[in-house]
Amino acid sequence: MSIIVGTETKLVVSGLTGREGSFHGLRNQAYGTDLVAGVTPGKGGQDVEGVPIFDSIEEAVDEAGANTSMIFVPARFAAAAIDEAIESGVHTVIAITEGIPVLDMLSTYWKAKEAGVRLIGPNCPGVLSPGKANVGIIPAQFFDPGPIGVVSKSGTLTYQIGNELKQAGTGNSSIVGIGGDPIVGSDFIDILKLYEEDPETELIVMVGEIGGDAEERAAEYIAAKVSKPVVAYIAGFTAPPGKQMGHAGAIISGSSGTAQAKKDALEAKGVRVGQSPTETAAIAVEVLKSL
Amino acid sequence: MDLLEYQGKQLFAKHGIAVPSGEVASTVDDAVGAAERIGYPCAIKAQVLIGGRGKAGGIKIAKDAGEAREYADAILGMDIVGPHGEGPFRVDRVWVEGGSEIAAEYYASIILDRGEKKLLAMVSSQGGMDIEQVAAESPEALVKRHIDPTRPFEVAAAREIVADAGLAEDALDEAAQVLVKLAGVASEEDATLIEVNPLIVTAGREVVALDSKVTIDGNAVFRHEDLAEAADAVDDPQEAMAKEKGLTYVKLDGNVGILANGAGLCMSTLDVVAQAGGAPANFLDAGGGSKAEAIVNALEVIVSDAKVTAILFNIFGGITRCDEIAKGIVTASGQIDLKVPLVVRLDGTNSEEGLRILAAADLPDLHQEKTMLDAARRVVELAGGAS
Repeated sequence: MSIIVGTETKLVVSGLTGREGSFHGLRNQAYGTDLVAGVTPGKGGQDVEGVPIFDSIEEAVDEAGANTSMIFVPARFAAAAIDEAIESGVHTVIAITEGIPVLDMLSTYWKAKEAGVRLIGPNCPGVLSPGKANVGIIPAQFFDPGPIGVVSKSGTLTYQIGNELKQAGTGNSSIVGIGGDPIVGSDFIDILKLYEEDPETELIVMVGEIGGDAEERAAEYIAAKVSKPVVAYIAGFTAPPGKQMGHAGAIISGSSGTAQAKKDALEAKGVRVGQSPTETAAIAVEVLKSL
Repeated sequence: MDLLEYQGKQLFAKHGIAVPSGEVASTVDDAVGAAERIGYPCAIKAQVLIGGRGKAGGIKIAKDAGEAREYADAILGMDIVGPHGEGPFRVDRVWVEGGSEIAAEYYASIILDRGEKKLLAMVSSQGGMDIEQVAAESPEALVKRHIDPTRPFEVAAAREIVADAGLAEDALDEAAQVLVKLAGVASEEDATLIEVNPLIVTAGREVVALDSKVTIDGNAVFRHEDLAEAADAVDDPQEAMAKEKGLTYVKLDGNVGILANGAGLCMSTLDVVAQAGGAPANFLDAGGGSKAEAIVNALEVIVSDAKVTAILFNIFGGITRCDEIAKGIVTASGQIDLKVPLVVRLDGTNSEEGLRILAAADLPDLHQEKTMLDAARRVVELAGGAS
């Protein structure tokens, strides 16, 4: 097993005819992901390297059997594209686009909830299940199949940790980038729940950063509901208050959302928190060996 | 993106919320001129993006032209530090505002609750104070209610909130209207935080926003042309330069210049440098797929900060290719006189090719390290320890 994407994934990419969309969509296909369709309104009937293009996601669902949608649409049109995906009949929507206005995401979030569609992102690198499927922009070469489930707000930080796990001779069931925006479709808790239920996952690595209280909420959830060991890393101890550190959601507001508060909340619930990405990977390997 | 008090009030006025009349001034003479037109008493208020201005001496009430001159002179050019250590912010303009006869001071806000994914309305009858203090000391005095995101926010629902907060009976209808209008500011102007403290009832029983704190979602500025001026107001020279070059840069206090790719890795790099005993000078995310030109731009911004005594490049190539980064470093060192040592750690996609390019270029004062930790220790040593 693995979570969210796997051998059963049938992918439709919104924006497949664009530069980024075609680059990453075809990379995902080359990795082994079953890419069944692309969507660009007005370009239905065309194809990209043999992948059929449809005018709407719904057509891609009806005619090509798509069950997972990836959104690679520019920010100002992306929320509408996600809304379209939610209503199309796919069960999973993975939104890579960065820079979507947060109040657009507010209404989109509730549409996804109401429709029972799993939304990952936006502003995320996607989901990789090593050896099975890759949906998004995660460079697959740094990850081997294995027992560690990773959930992260950050892309490059995850690649760094994944690479260290690989060099230590282990690997991952899945890697889920939940995104660095203030409102994302799935939070740490949603993904922790999936890893807890996934028989292939033996240990979970959670990578958080400053801003919001998703890590604090996750700490409560881990104590109550997660039986598998969790190792965490938090970035942003040196971030000053009131400054947005790259990600739209990475901002300390007044005295809330600090890295220290998140570390304290996690440690209070027995979660080991690494000082650096390297130490975090080392702790994960150590805990895995002790299982 | 945060708005200054007067910019927020202009936004309130646009949405039909009552605010005192006033004028903005950036010189003492203009401030006195504004005070003369507005009449006395009037308030001279420092326009900086932090709370606690009153305590810091940034808000004064002038009774005549002499006082207006004295206070404007004192406030313009002063440095104000926020209650959580933000800043210091230099006051480059004041808002001169007509005095209000205050019968009662309340608090009202609409904020985006990230955890609950809803807008949260908060109202208190204890206005004019630090609301975090009110929440801590008498939580019952602060009424918090989420707004249902799937339905319009009606006046009836707003009236229940302001009534529960214990606002004066004869002000309830008007306060409820204000709360609905504030929620309208949030949804129509893409504001993620709107705070009115105090929201006052005047002697004439009018409900007026006496202060404003507004944060606009930076991702939505493209659809609010009238707010573009506020978005352009960046004080720091490095931050202004970075913005012009399209780089994500945040100025910090230290002497170790930093460039990494990806926001998370960059934050992590700052932390590891601090753990190694150093003080980061900046956050700079070169972004995914960084090309040579972006590296030149980034280095220009970093070295324009005179405090920087050494620079760390921490790159983990995913989409970003390390050979592109290496080429960028070589190009940049031909174009800019760096004057300070550069520590480079390249890992990930095409890192071997990148390291080969750097070795072949044989640049002076360039130091390669294999791991993030070693690179951090090295750069701290070269920078001359903690500043």
